[in-house]
Amino acid sequence: MKHIVKILTLLVAITAFWIGLLETSILPRSYTWLLPIYFIITLGCYGLLMVGVGLIQFRTCPEEAVLLQKDVIEAREFLKQKGVDVGSD
Amino acid sequence: MDELHQQKETNKYSIIIPTYNERLNVALIVYLVFKHLKDVDFEIIVVDDGSPDGTQDIVKQLQKVYGENRILLRARPRKLGLGTAYIHGLKHASGNFVVIMDADLSHHPKYLPNFIRKQAETGASIVTGTRYVNGGGVHGWNLMRKLTSRGANVLAQTFLWPGVSDLTGSFRLYKRSVLEDVINSCVSKGYVFQMEMIVRASRKGYHIEEVPITFVDRVYGSSKLGGSEIVEYLKGLVYLLVTT
Repeated sequence: MKHIVKILTLLVAITAFWIGLLETSILPRSYTWLLPIYFIITLGCYGLLMVGVGLIQFRTCPEEAVLLQKDVIEAREFLKQKGVDVGSD
Repeated sequence: MDELHQQKETNKYSIIIPTYNERLNVALIVYLVFKHLKDVDFEIIVVDDGSPDGTQDIVKQLQKVYGENRILLRARPRKLGLGTAYIHGLKHASGNFVVIMDADLSHHPKYLPNFIRKQAETGASIVTGTRYVNGGGVHGWNLMRKLTSRGANVLAQTFLWPGVSDLTGSFRLYKRSVLEDVINSCVSKGYVFQMEMIVRASRKGYHIEEVPITFVDRVYGSSKLGGSEIVEYLKGLVYLLVTT
């Protein structure tokens, strides 16, 4: 099954559930009408939260750049000795 | 541990590196691969797309130092795209595992032993490098770039459920047969191609494991990323939604 079908199926199921709620009036109708808006707001908040958490946990590693520079110097030294043309770039 | 050792002895790893104008970087990366993969059987396959800067001359010099059986130069006449570069390299690969990595040193060869160890421990079909987990990270990205990257990732995680944390990273180890299987069903270009590969592999039910990597933005040479990246990414996302 294509992924888009899965997502649409999920949406249809949620919509059916919502219509069910509307029809049976388990909750007051005025509440039920607002549920889709809550759903979208929740989804948006979830997205923002995930981006925020991801951003906080996203490590910057300047030390890796320093290590890489060391590796570059070491590599150039070795390759120059072996006659590989790594001179001026 | 014994089993790990034995696997190291019998497995061969073909490292495919597509290049275009990377004369210095390709030399550095070859040195670093040999430094970090001491007792592993491997070969490096450089797929050069007719670089005018003499990348191929450097590769030939490297062959003299390290041996023509360890470094294979499999050039193509002109720029023909990343996906076909891997297919081209794959044709000449003799290993039962294939590693693909970028030539610009944003993928450091020191992580190769981690990929190999992870594969041996888990028996995974694919081991993919991730910047987004503990131990991973980036250097040389400003806040905007990080924000875009995370936003793009959350979008993909929410809509695609790919089962891996880093979709666009391209530092990966594949079982050869798995790469052959997956690569032929992929049609995207650029880094959407990397995303397509991992999503299709995930949908086919292959066992995918992750190892943390750090990503240092390119040191030498200019970045090849264009301005329409975000549009391409969104198109790729929609494409994968309807085709996988």
